[in-house]
Amino acid sequence: MTATAARPALAAASVPLPASRRRRWLRRYGLASLGAAIILAWILVALLAPLILPYLPDTVEVTKRLQPPEAAHWLGTDALGRDDLTRLLYGARISLSTGFIVVVVGAVFGTLLGGIAAYARGAVEELIMRATDLVLCFPPIILALAIAAALGIGTTNTIIAMLVVWWPKFARLARSLVLVQRSHEYVEAATVVGLTPARILLRHIIPNAIGPLVVLVTLDVGNAIITFAGLSFLGLGVVPPTPEWGSMVAEGRELVEQWWVAAFPGLAILTIVLGFNFLGDGIRDWLDPKARRR
Amino acid sequence: MTAAQPNGRSERPASAVAILSAAAPPVLEVRDLKTQFFTDEGIVHAVDGVSFSVAAGETLGIVGESGSGKSVTALSLMRLLEEPSRITGGEIRFQGRDVMAMTPGELRALRGGGIAMVFQDPMTSLNPVLRIARQLVETMVVHGRYTADAAAERAVKLLGRMGITAPERAIHSYPHQFSGGMRQRVALAIGMSNDPALLLADEPTTALDVTIQAQILDLLRELNRDFGTAIVLISHDLGVIAGVCARVIVMYAGEVVEEGPAEALLSDPRHPYSWALINAVPRIDRGALEGKRLTTIEGAPPDPLAHAAGCRFAERCPFRIAKCVEHPPLAEVAPGRRARCWVTQAGRSLVGPRAEDALAAEAKAEAKPFDHGVEATLARGERLLEARGVVKHFPLPRAGLFGPTRVVRAVDGVDFDVAQGETVGLVGESGCGKSTLARVLVRIHRPDAGSIRLAGQEIAQSQPSAIRPLRRRMQMVFQDPYASLNPRMTVGQILGEPLVFHRITKGARETSAHVDELLNVVGLSPKAAQRYPHEFSGGQRQRISIARALAVRPDFIVADEPISALDVNIQAQIINLLIDLQERYGLAYLFIAHDLAVVRHISERIVVLYLGKVAEIAPAAALFESPLHPYTRHLISAVPIPDAAIESRRQHLQLAGEPPSAIDPPSGCRFRTRCPLAQPICTEVAPPLAEHRPGHFAACHFAGQF
Repeated sequence: MTATAARPALAAASVPLPASRRRRWLRRYGLASLGAAIILAWILVALLAPLILPYLPDTVEVTKRLQPPEAAHWLGTDALGRDDLTRLLYGARISLSTGFIVVVVGAVFGTLLGGIAAYARGAVEELIMRATDLVLCFPPIILALAIAAALGIGTTNTIIAMLVVWWPKFARLARSLVLVQRSHEYVEAATVVGLTPARILLRHIIPNAIGPLVVLVTLDVGNAIITFAGLSFLGLGVVPPTPEWGSMVAEGRELVEQWWVAAFPGLAILTIVLGFNFLGDGIRDWLDPKARRR
Repeated sequence: MTAAQPNGRSERPASAVAILSAAAPPVLEVRDLKTQFFTDEGIVHAVDGVSFSVAAGETLGIVGESGSGKSVTALSLMRLLEEPSRITGGEIRFQGRDVMAMTPGELRALRGGGIAMVFQDPMTSLNPVLRIARQLVETMVVHGRYTADAAAERAVKLLGRMGITAPERAIHSYPHQFSGGMRQRVALAIGMSNDPALLLADEPTTALDVTIQAQILDLLRELNRDFGTAIVLISHDLGVIAGVCARVIVMYAGEVVEEGPAEALLSDPRHPYSWALINAVPRIDRGALEGKRLTTIEGAPPDPLAHAAGCRFAERCPFRIAKCVEHPPLAEVAPGRRARCWVTQAGRSLVGPRAEDALAAEAKAEAKPFDHGVEATLARGERLLEARGVVKHFPLPRAGLFGPTRVVRAVDGVDFDVAQGETVGLVGESGCGKSTLARVLVRIHRPDAGSIRLAGQEIAQSQPSAIRPLRRRMQMVFQDPYASLNPRMTVGQILGEPLVFHRITKGARETSAHVDELLNVVGLSPKAAQRYPHEFSGGQRQRISIARALAVRPDFIVADEPISALDVNIQAQIINLLIDLQERYGLAYLFIAHDLAVVRHISERIVVLYLGKVAEIAPAAALFESPLHPYTRHLISAVPIPDAAIESRRQHLQLAGEPPSAIDPPSGCRFRTRCPLAQPICTEVAPPLAEHRPGHFAACHFAGQF
């Protein structure tokens, strides 16, 4: 009851003013926009890297090893005298593309399997869902590590390893979403109209089930980037000269004096993961009508 | 916490009537109460200057449609409102004490101590993880009137008093182990545990079946009589109010529009809104009098963000006069009666334009059945749907790896017919298999046994592709207008999809012309086609749902509780629409409802279902005038009539207990466990559905002997 006395300001403003509306928009979508801006900025610099940078990522200048940040090398140089800023921006290409590939392929594959499981029910469902459980039994990073190690070092192999552990969460989510939609009366109505199962699934069920999947995809890109960086950090991701954030952090691991070698790639990972998390949260709020009203 | 009420248990007068006659101070006095919601869109005037009082031991009913402010009033009384809603003005006095000035501690003593509240859904008002005993005892101990031991003893007594069998055992159960009716009894026991002076019941029976509703209403009457507890009963159902309450308040748009004794108000309403409410409901004690159309009022309740300066009902009022641009006061129109209306201010009654309107609307059109091009259309009266021995069981998950396989016998051998152009009503309590039967008939589910013939064609076990052409003849309208339309499609897409899929129309232009026509037929503007379902009200969505069913030009529509989620006035509009469509297109309906009055009103024949089996089939009038099955008798008797005079004279048959589970139904006759006629033969032999009079079937060994 104490809450009733809390907001006198609202009583005065019977019609929301433009200023308060802007404040509300900011409160609601501010972080999400920030996230989107971060992601867009990263995508932009990753694409434009060759145009805006004077160096190449694998140009070795032994005379300029481990230079601290200065005018010629904004973020300093690494142990082989390569420009850290250049490597960082080229590294964004690897991180972003692997992140997107793993999540999108994993999501499509998982959603399809989950949707089929929910729609077919019976033995098919059992088979798919038990396979899902099997993969989810293992800690994902350990399983990916083991698979990547077995397949050998390399970007493609690491992506494959990650895909193996990535699809089950989408399969689970998709199955539960389709099950929920299936029980709605509008699906029954579509059945009574005589529509075919494929049409009901594609036209009626999937569009209504897609929202939470989009949220998971967005939140998950950051996750995938961090996992890939983690695998690279452990020496499994990319083959050496390729610039990659995880391996860059690994290179700077023992260089305590030369803090910039590890700090900047770490910061890059931090910003991009935060960006995806902000955006994902924003999309979730936007899709949830209850949260939207608040 | 220490504030024990002055009107303690020992001082409680034995007779509630004595109090009424003496000028005792009111238990509750509300003066000019204003409650507002501070939303993003603006201020919602949910309760806008409501005044009333409740004398000790009095029963007061509050009626109104959803959004009229009746529930918010109740929450305001208990100061249970949460942000962004607030009481912004007025006075609430409980036994002379100012509720608005109470400290949180005093409020806690008030809630559950002085005033008890019972809500619509007992599942949410009981804590699911605590045993009943704990919840009951806690309520009593917290208010400091009982020691734990005394409270435990009293808890068992209370449960027994509320009609729960074997209370010693029941008290150790969890809420989920009880049915809805039982949970409401427990909620009442908790409410009554501290001898409140006032019981506030907000739609306490709305979620329950009629037979259970009758039990709970009976209990409320007894509590009022035996304990002298004053009752404020909030309901949308005039029949419920008429049976329990001596005085009635009608609310509209946050205001009290009429107040008076129940009997007088219900038989001679003095506010047009009360008049509309009363006339919109079909009554179980009457057949269709002047045609089948019900009296409805146009439009929707006003926008609570900005109320008009004049009478808030004027826009929809059939009695409107020039003076209605001024806001009328709640003035005395007869001794003890007040109404907020200029028309009745002089003490006149409202004489409805009802008879003339009904006649004018009865522009009889010759029924023109749709042309399907599938096969020759049947003539009216010919058999359209024929169900024989239809069975649908749902397997339950095994209890453990080696547990026995259990099945819910939802529909267990049902025979009936629907003729061309006929309306067949299907009634029964929840869980009797009504909805499953509907879904089996339209082949959403495949029956486990039996035969279903639609226009002579067997469809019970056909493949979906074989049924597809027949889908054009048989459609369905669903219960929940919020779940039955795909939220991601525009209304135009929803209505266009069946047209295109069944190749009824070719090309976008023809389809959209057809969609416009469909919208027109169900009384919506063609503009609706561009909009999404969430932009429409419940009644409008149900119209869209009906339009979708009509799109493929069926001759048989299964309507599964199509009006049970709607307010009475909207219910009447939808019923009128269904009747119009039937006259226009010669449709046959299978109309499923739990509201017997509505079923009687709309149906020519009625099928009564009990636990997956047919109990009785009869023409509507015969079923209500001379029911043969004891279950039908009880069902009819349980329906409250919105007429206090009739209600007080009626003898209510009380159906004991709850329907048994469909997992393990009783042997022989399924009704025997609750039947007053039950004999040994009923345990052994299931009575066949036999024709006792022409067209009147009943499945009972002692049909007509009750």
